[in-house]
Amino acid sequence: MIKILELTGRYFMLLGKVFSRPEKMRIYRERIIFEMEALGLGSIPLTAIISVFIGAVVTLQMSISLESPFIPQYLIGYATRETMVLEFSSTVVALILAGKVGSNIASEIGTMRITEQIDALEIMGVNSASYLILPKIVATVLFFPLLTLLSIFIGCVGGYAIAYLTGIMIPGDYIEGMHYAFLPYSITYSLIKSAVFAFIITSISAFCGYYANGNSLEVGRASTRAVVASSIVIMIFNLILTQILLV
Amino acid sequence: MIKADHISKSFEGRTVLDDISVEFETGKTNLIIGRSGSGKTVLLKSLVGLHEVDSGAVYYDDVCYTHLTFKQRKAIRKDIGMIFQGGALLDSSTVVENVKLPLDLFTDQSEAEKIERVAFCLERVRLQGADRLYPSELSGGMIKRVAIARAIVMNPRYLFCDEPNSGLDPQTSVVIDNLIHDITREYNITTIINTHDMNSVMEIGEKIVYIHEGRKWWEGTKDDILDADNAELNDFVFASAMAKRARRATR
Repeated sequence: MIKILELTGRYFMLLGKVFSRPEKMRIYRERIIFEMEALGLGSIPLTAIISVFIGAVVTLQMSISLESPFIPQYLIGYATRETMVLEFSSTVVALILAGKVGSNIASEIGTMRITEQIDALEIMGVNSASYLILPKIVATVLFFPLLTLLSIFIGCVGGYAIAYLTGIMIPGDYIEGMHYAFLPYSITYSLIKSAVFAFIITSISAFCGYYANGNSLEVGRASTRAVVASSIVIMIFNLILTQILLV
Repeated sequence: MIKADHISKSFEGRTVLDDISVEFETGKTNLIIGRSGSGKTVLLKSLVGLHEVDSGAVYYDDVCYTHLTFKQRKAIRKDIGMIFQGGALLDSSTVVENVKLPLDLFTDQSEAEKIERVAFCLERVRLQGADRLYPSELSGGMIKRVAIARAIVMNPRYLFCDEPNSGLDPQTSVVIDNLIHDITREYNITTIINTHDMNSVMEIGEKIVYIHEGRKWWEGTKDDILDADNAELNDFVFASAMAKRARRATR
């Protein structure tokens, strides 16, 4: 328990350093764009592939579960949309990205720590925490909601494609379900969640890497810790945010 | 001038530096020597503030660096250049970007002025034509040269080098040693080098401090070192056959 409190304290102290005034805004802007490309654009293929298959699988499962003459078929489209919007495209995609982006950030910063690159920045008078971590946080918080939107769209397309290709339902019914009882606030809820999850993934992973010490084995451990801790905190905040925003 | 005044440092109850007092002179190549694990690197990192000392203080030209806040230290850190053992170049940046980084962050120079300054520094370390290469594409000697160029790009008043010759062949080591020595003279800076290379000691050591088990064991010049009356220092100095031959020659 004391260890957890100590780590939490160090985490917030690091955040204090991260959000102190940047040395030169122009340099930070350039780094944010670089990180958006590295962490955000680089995650599009994985997000797209997973979303299209999940959308298709959800549609298939719903069509089997809701197979009854008393249940209108358009509810399959409705269920697919709600699954993608409310949970999959924000939470599940965040968990997947915690593995991809989180381990990437932890190992990158951890390697910089053990090869004294962070010390070199400090010696120059650079606030290394802010210089290395802030652009990553800003980039992911801005970009992950876009990934969520993309995931929702591609997931719904995946569901339509499976409906069309297998003939399990009339594609027109699927489209009708997509429009049925649509609440724009659901999208807002999903985007808020993905922005919060982006912050969690990036800051926790950077924290694990920043305080890595020793050798390459320790960098590997820091990377694993980053993924595990980010995933657990994402699930906790998923519950909290749902309670606050939806209930 | 840089002065360590009774500094001590321990990690998890293990004393690594024990009450060290020493003064490093301006315009001279000051060497900290000692066996691996003697506390040289901790001393160097304590001098630059990467490790906070447990007791004592470090002075830069009579300014007590130890008791300055992070913001106050930034002003002095801009006058510090440091060459790390492995170079510590940013992996994701090219040679030019690595050397230009301090100028980008701390000066208002135009891009043309910065490029000119970077080109000058790279030429000074005799490393032209490698501008667009990444650290992974450089040899050990080239990495050290880029690190030196980055360390001098802001015209530092203090230069710290942590084992600049480690992993280099003897010829390249001499080139790096001479480069650091020349830069020290040229810009009249206070240079402190950590090394356990006796060739460096005999080539460029103007003031030498011997650290043994975390304590200052001896200090003097390269002219004194061969005749020093200190058993631990003699064991260290005459561990190599070359040094033994040098002693025989001087006697």
